[in-house]
Amino acid sequence: MSRYSALEVLKGGLTGQKHWQRAWRDPEPKQEYDAIIIGGGGHGLATAYYLAKLHGMSRIAVCEKGYLGGGNVGRNTTIVRSNYMLEDNAHFYEHGMKLWEELSQDINFNVMFSQRGIINLAHSDAQMDAFARRGNAMRLNGIDAELLTRDQVKEHLPMLDYSGKARFPVYGGLQQPRGGTARHDAVAWGYARAADMLGVDILQNCEVTGFDIHDGKVQGIQTTRGAIKSGKVGIAVAGNTSRVCALAGLNRLPIESHKLQAMVSEPLKPFIDTVCTFGAGHFYVSQSDKGGLVFGGDLDGYNSYAQRGNLPMVAHVLQCGMALMPAIGRIRLLRHWAGVMDMSMDGSPIISTTPVKGLYLNGGWCYGGFKATPASGWCFAHTVAQDRPHRLNEAFTLDRFERGYLIDEKGVGPIPALH
Amino acid sequence: MATQSNRLPGGGEIDRGKPLTFRFDDKTYTGFQGDTLASALLANNVKLVGRSFKYHRPRGVFSAGPEEPNALVHLRSGDRQEPNTRATMIELYDGLIAESQNRGKSLRNDPQRINNLFKAFLPAGFYYKTFMGPFRNTRLWMFIEGFIRKSAGMGAASGLPDPDHYDQMSRHCEILVIGGGPAGLMAAKSAAANGARVILVDDRADPGGQLRYEQYEIDGKKGLDWINETVAGLEAMDNVFILRRTTAFGYYDHNFIGCVERVCDHLPEPEGNKPRQRVWNLQAGHVVLATGSHEQPMVFGNNDLPGIMLAGAVRTYVNQYGVVPGKRAVVFTSCDDAYRTAIALHDAGTTVVALVDTRKLDSSYAQQLLDRKIRIINDSAIVSAQGNADGVTSVEVHSLSGGGAQRLDCDLVAMSNGWAPALHLFSQSGGKTAWDADRNIFVPGDSKQAECSVGAANGNFSLKTCLEEGSAAGAMAASSTGFNTAVQAVPAVSEIHESAYEPLWECPDPAKGHPKKFVDHQDDVAVSDIQLAYREGYISVEHLKRYTTLGMGTDQGKTSNVPGLAIMAEARGCSIPEAGHTTFRPPYTPVSMGALGGAETGEHYMPIRRTAIDSWHEEQGCKWIDAGIWRRPRYYPQSGETIRDAFIRETGMTRGSVGMCDVTTLGKIDLQGPDTAEFLERIYINHWMKLPVGKARYGMMLREDGIAYDDGVTSRMSENHFVMTTTTANAVKVMANLEFYLQVIWPELRVQVTSVTEQWSAIAVAGPNSRKVIQKIVDIDVSNEAFPFMGASGCVAAGIPGCRLFRISFSGELAFEINVPCDYARYVCEKIYEAGREFDIVPYGTETLGNMRIEKGHVAGPELDGRTTADDLGLGMMMSKKKEFVGKRLAYRDSMTGENRKKFVGFVPADGKTPLKAGAQIVVNENAAPPVEMIGHVTSTGYCVEHDHPIGLGLIRGGLDAWKDRVVYMSYPLRNIIVPMKVVSPVFVDPEGERLHG
Repeated sequence: MSRYSALEVLKGGLTGQKHWQRAWRDPEPKQEYDAIIIGGGGHGLATAYYLAKLHGMSRIAVCEKGYLGGGNVGRNTTIVRSNYMLEDNAHFYEHGMKLWEELSQDINFNVMFSQRGIINLAHSDAQMDAFARRGNAMRLNGIDAELLTRDQVKEHLPMLDYSGKARFPVYGGLQQPRGGTARHDAVAWGYARAADMLGVDILQNCEVTGFDIHDGKVQGIQTTRGAIKSGKVGIAVAGNTSRVCALAGLNRLPIESHKLQAMVSEPLKPFIDTVCTFGAGHFYVSQSDKGGLVFGGDLDGYNSYAQRGNLPMVAHVLQCGMALMPAIGRIRLLRHWAGVMDMSMDGSPIISTTPVKGLYLNGGWCYGGFKATPASGWCFAHTVAQDRPHRLNEAFTLDRFERGYLIDEKGVGPIPALH
Repeated sequence: MATQSNRLPGGGEIDRGKPLTFRFDDKTYTGFQGDTLASALLANNVKLVGRSFKYHRPRGVFSAGPEEPNALVHLRSGDRQEPNTRATMIELYDGLIAESQNRGKSLRNDPQRINNLFKAFLPAGFYYKTFMGPFRNTRLWMFIEGFIRKSAGMGAASGLPDPDHYDQMSRHCEILVIGGGPAGLMAAKSAAANGARVILVDDRADPGGQLRYEQYEIDGKKGLDWINETVAGLEAMDNVFILRRTTAFGYYDHNFIGCVERVCDHLPEPEGNKPRQRVWNLQAGHVVLATGSHEQPMVFGNNDLPGIMLAGAVRTYVNQYGVVPGKRAVVFTSCDDAYRTAIALHDAGTTVVALVDTRKLDSSYAQQLLDRKIRIINDSAIVSAQGNADGVTSVEVHSLSGGGAQRLDCDLVAMSNGWAPALHLFSQSGGKTAWDADRNIFVPGDSKQAECSVGAANGNFSLKTCLEEGSAAGAMAASSTGFNTAVQAVPAVSEIHESAYEPLWECPDPAKGHPKKFVDHQDDVAVSDIQLAYREGYISVEHLKRYTTLGMGTDQGKTSNVPGLAIMAEARGCSIPEAGHTTFRPPYTPVSMGALGGAETGEHYMPIRRTAIDSWHEEQGCKWIDAGIWRRPRYYPQSGETIRDAFIRETGMTRGSVGMCDVTTLGKIDLQGPDTAEFLERIYINHWMKLPVGKARYGMMLREDGIAYDDGVTSRMSENHFVMTTTTANAVKVMANLEFYLQVIWPELRVQVTSVTEQWSAIAVAGPNSRKVIQKIVDIDVSNEAFPFMGASGCVAAGIPGCRLFRISFSGELAFEINVPCDYARYVCEKIYEAGREFDIVPYGTETLGNMRIEKGHVAGPELDGRTTADDLGLGMMMSKKKEFVGKRLAYRDSMTGENRKKFVGFVPADGKTPLKAGAQIVVNENAAPPVEMIGHVTSTGYCVEHDHPIGLGLIRGGLDAWKDRVVYMSYPLRNIIVPMKVVSPVFVDPEGERLHG
């Protein structure tokens, strides 16, 4: 398979683009693998890639019940950042940020990581203090952060409401200049292609229907495409974690499934050059390279596995949007949809061994799974290969809730829907 | 001024007596009342109206409806500029200004049309394969991205605040009919016959649908007359509500339909106080979907040239608008429908060069064409078109059985590859679509909600069936919602039975060359892109969409999804239903965000909450601060004072004599019932059973995970009556929590809780002279003996009965808090101020309130940040070992106890001068390079007036036990500040608490 490069694209231009081959194969499942990753989303594919690349494993399968990248990796608002305050989060996400910065070259697929910066707006002195606390922690952890004044925010975001009519005036903001956006689908496809090139079998339309577990140790899985043996099985199916884990007898997880909406406007010429979050309501926005303004909302408010949302949350998001940015009034909303979120009890993820030997869990990503994709795959691969977490994910264990080791970045407590 | 060279002398629904002037780009034109912008442009022979997304190819009007992919313009100007507005849906008004978009200075000489020359190098997804650069960073990509972003996008937003306002309304009905064509009108008629409340929604200025442009007769009358009668009949009924210019854009759970009414978009600007648009939240017992269908285009080489249009649209322009979009037309079709376009064009005086039919069969209309001497070329297809930015000039036609190629000169191609039911709302409702192999279309399958599809939306295109299905569905809907069935008699119609439609999803290539065959005209997705996607394995329709951007334009693929998936199915060698279609996401057509946001924006976004004493503060010249949605006085500056001057003065005056503060915003919850003490015992970490009547107590509650949640003072007013206060921030949440525990966890407890935050105003009076002031106000003895610290009592205050007095203190001074029914709050406030005048009483705001609590080492929001335990905050002793309470079970987990946790302490700068900053981190080594170990952070800072130095509160690992009197560094790298400071007790004034007991 040829490497992607400008030269190849030019060559294709002269030959009708006929020389491109499949980005990934469509193999038949083998009887046995060294490791199976359940879930062909961003995290699952990244895990398979790093397992193959960094841990010398060659026989790896990814089982995906539908088409690869059909879950949250293709439904999110594409934001990448590592602006975390708590130590465990900061180091994990910053490791991810470094992987992001080299990802396109690493997997030879342009994931369009655009480090256009992210600005969290503050609307009170107390909020500025809270952001300062976070920003100072970031700096001391070696992560880039700037505390912007109102005037500095205005330079970056001239379209906000700075008039006397703004209900919650902008006081300033916390900026992470290295944050930004990436092309979400490309992340799934790029990891899939790179993993495939390393020999990983990506099995689409292959739904897991059961686990073979004997003496507390996993032996393999049952799928709609037959039984597959393996002594190592990793679950990376955020949104459906509880359902898949139940098949393995893990019936009580510190996770609830909620749906989170996202929406996009019609494509526009450049309107906003950074990612921006409102500090007085559920609204954040960035602009895709195609030109659409991408907005995220809040949870619809009830547990669900539906990948569709209801109108009240859309209206709520745009109330916030109009309050912050009245220039969007005449821009039209093009599409809205929802993804199923794994909401955990402290708002932080789980990348962990489980009580079943050889079974590993990656989930509980709440709203933040996309940006974590490389770091999550990297750490999960380590966990699966070594049967123990890496230093970077040793805090994100499944048993931390029993121990009271909470990683609660928002500080809202054990109500998953609030994270 | 250009003349309307393509306007017919008569016919159509336009009012030739009302000419309207409008501007498109730099030219002025005229049209007529009743035109759309598209019809008026076509009337003036304007063919080039836009540029495509990627290759900037010339684009003309393609359709006559909401499916338009090409004719997108900037409508209006200045702060009212609307990008990406479909010219086919804009009602023309006098003075309309529109501009083409996605171009350089001139539409014709758009410099980016050069992209078209490089199109071979810019296939679908080329950007995934290049622009990465050899270096492991994002720089090259971000450099390229700048150009890509400028090139991408379609229209431009003004960036200015939208001057118009929007509205939202909600309405319920038994039956909602969506679509006012013949099927919808019949449905509304029979649904409403027996009194059911019916709402009819139609996206045009007037209902009628296809009957507005087809030449049918109904009941021996012109179709239009039948519509007008039917609509008038419906309008006369009290139980029918018709929403015009209203698009049902989303079908949600529980038969909830989102609609947007374009109230004033057909006017230069909203008139009077009317909103520009209004969103209707409709909820119906039963929904009848009469949403019609979208004509599908033919896919052949250069099929995107201006002048190549949907056949039904051409017929619409002729019949409804009196416009012939060309002089020499070729009609290209795989169904009978387009024959009527050939007839309409011919009858309007256009030369119909030929009708090219992909089918071998004789159409039911063949004779009518032969009568008009229109040549029919069967079993053939257009394989390519030739032309330029001014439009198509000729087409090349091949026989599908081999042989015969011919070139036909023309300036208009009217094409039809059949009609696809508009399944958007049906699919959004959760219904599964089904493939009808006989008719070659996706149709509605099983319903998930109470709805049914009728007419063209159900795949039944004949007028007779539309009317029949509409009538039956309306009656069924009425009966399913409890009304008597009343199937309306279906009127007779003039209609020819049409012969079968045989779709041709992709036309063969011409003998020479491979001109691009466009599937998605807006995003420039061609057949070759779909084939590339296939070769690269993006074969799932969802991958196809995301990889090629097929159907992701502003038209959401209404004329491209079906051909696209059919071509992919062909490449995969599977059937169309096996390939499937992508999800229909709301909205059906794009909806302005202003409308979706509604009226609750600007100052109405979370309206300001004011205390009952608000006006008094204003008169005192206070500066305000937002506290959540409340506004509170922050400080009361005297002339020339800074905020720092003011709070230091207010603090000094209060501690020196007396001050008063409005503390109404604290949450106030009234708890009554025989089990109230028991309930509090379970909610709070400390004891309540033995709290005497007439006493207040400080309480803290935990979250269920053992983290400190909220604190406040709760007082026992009588045996079974308590009054609780909460923090301002948590007032609503604590109330909801209490309700939850009482309703769900302990329903057996006999307790009623009521939020009384709104009913009571609260004024704190603090300072050594506070007793003297209060004694002048209340009717009870407030001496230390009669009313000691933590006393609580009813009282008459300034003559107002039913008030309450508490001897509690947040400042650490001798202090009282008086609670007054809100209506009397301002009066009592003034009386306190008067009573305090002899002691130079000062009103103080949140700044001083905060400063005094920091001096006293009381915890508040910055310390109760959702990650601290009671023990961390120095309140561990309060946690009862003898009882259960919310959070206890989890509060003693390993990681939540122990010496290594960050604990509450105070700080003073080592030099006694440098101010401390909240939000700073605490480090041991002032010069370490990142990553630096952080042992704590500064939560709150203030100024200790008595000791005349800055102070701070914060949390530090190990607390005072580990750090007392040691120097650590306050690190604030965001501002390059590092300050040595000493760790001290968090109580800076009156550590023994003598004052508040005094």
